[in-house]
Amino acid sequence: MSTPRASAKNQQRPVNITGTTALEGFVWTRRHLLGLDDLSSQEILAILDTAESFREVSTRSIKKVPALRGKVVANLFFEDSTRTRMSFTLAASRLSADVLEFSAKGSSVAKGETLRDTARNIEAMGVDTMVIRHSQSGAPHLLAQCLKTSVVNAGDGQHEHPTQGLLDIFTIRQRLGSIAGKRVAIVGDIAHSRVARSNIFGLRKLGAEVVCVGPPTLVPGAMRTLGAEICHSLDEVLPHVDVINMLRIQFERIGSNLFPSVREYARLYGLNAERLAKARPDVLVMHPGPINRGLELTSDVADGKNSAILQQVANGLAIRMAVLFLVNQGSQA
Amino acid sequence: MEELLNQEQVQRALDDLYQAVASHLPAKAPLAIIGIRTRGEIIAQRLGARLAERFGGQIDHGVLDITFYRDDLARRKGAPLVRATEIDFDLDDKLVLLVDDVLHTGRSVRAAIAAIMDFGRPRAIRLAVLIDRGGRELPIAADFVGRRLDVPDALRVQVNLTEADGKDAVFLIKGKRSS
Repeated sequence: MSTPRASAKNQQRPVNITGTTALEGFVWTRRHLLGLDDLSSQEILAILDTAESFREVSTRSIKKVPALRGKVVANLFFEDSTRTRMSFTLAASRLSADVLEFSAKGSSVAKGETLRDTARNIEAMGVDTMVIRHSQSGAPHLLAQCLKTSVVNAGDGQHEHPTQGLLDIFTIRQRLGSIAGKRVAIVGDIAHSRVARSNIFGLRKLGAEVVCVGPPTLVPGAMRTLGAEICHSLDEVLPHVDVINMLRIQFERIGSNLFPSVREYARLYGLNAERLAKARPDVLVMHPGPINRGLELTSDVADGKNSAILQQVANGLAIRMAVLFLVNQGSQA
Repeated sequence: MEELLNQEQVQRALDDLYQAVASHLPAKAPLAIIGIRTRGEIIAQRLGARLAERFGGQIDHGVLDITFYRDDLARRKGAPLVRATEIDFDLDDKLVLLVDDVLHTGRSVRAAIAAIMDFGRPRAIRLAVLIDRGGRELPIAADFVGRRLDVPDALRVQVNLTEADGKDAVFLIKGKRSS
């Protein structure tokens, strides 16, 4: 009947021919994706499931679908980025949209133009979706209010990075089968991390436990109000978690000395093979990138069998295709 | 809601469809059966099981979700839930039997053909439908038909199948067509 490969796949994720899923009858209505804080668990699941179908597109001989043919996606990056930007560009191309690239460097922003004016001018060219990264928290929300286009947050200040949160959750679901009941450690610079916040919002909504780990200077007590636990010892947490998400130390955002030395940080909160041996054998090691090798992760761990880092990048493409597709179908303000 | 075909009549239509397919398909061609989600997928499985009995050999099965290829995507409000397309085999030089439950405007079939062509270059594509209800808006015709019905444009034909709906039956429904 079916090929061996197909049946293996079916075991992993049963094909529901009756058409009755938990999301049966659900219709996506949002025009913007500003953060995971705003989304319901159903909306998050809808994005994950849509991404599942887009993952298949990347395995075809022609890796393109005409879903956004004739639409224009503008990438507005006011902050440096490699993987997020390339991922959004490729995602838009695979949906057959046209892509406009904008970087703050060498643009009219350098001549003093405001964010609102820059965005309005780009909108006037006939753009349907703006993907924005900005160092100021709330910048995408401002644009969502003053533009008619869809707005997708690709990281705003220390607020949220929803597509990173989604791709992390997608990767966990793919590797561990489900989210509910799983225990996830987020390690490192929580205070400055929009990735941590988006992960906490999303994971909590889907029923996972989250524990934030790091030195007191980098893990504010306020994370408890988001539903996360706090622990200052990585060794204490390690044996009891299903996932370790190691965040990058953001030297560009850390003004004063928040930890005594890089070497001390690596000794207490870095993940090396010896420390990893204390964790469950099938623990999932993740990192949003770019890695400071030798600081957050040693190379043998970053490239080892527990690592899902490159899978995260591959999944990011599917998640961004899903998000661009969905916000373009959304009708709500 | 008026019942057009009862369980027995649906079975007869399926038999006719199977006979038409079986008598016209070349026995030795590498065959791939691809159903359009959701009811087309079920009919494809039923056809495939019987064809495998008769022809033996390798028949590949695939499922197509045509959402991304629909020509009315931009005109719809809100996104329908998209489910995965599953074509895990090489389509090149295969004979593809495309299966759907109802053939109406032909737009779903156009979308399905566009999707299939993105997977490879099949030797040929043949279309099998359980019900041809007329009302084409595109120059598309089925190669194999289970039952022809003449239904006015304003009405919708709904196929129920045991696997999805508990019982085989075909209904006529008043009101605008969905999906």
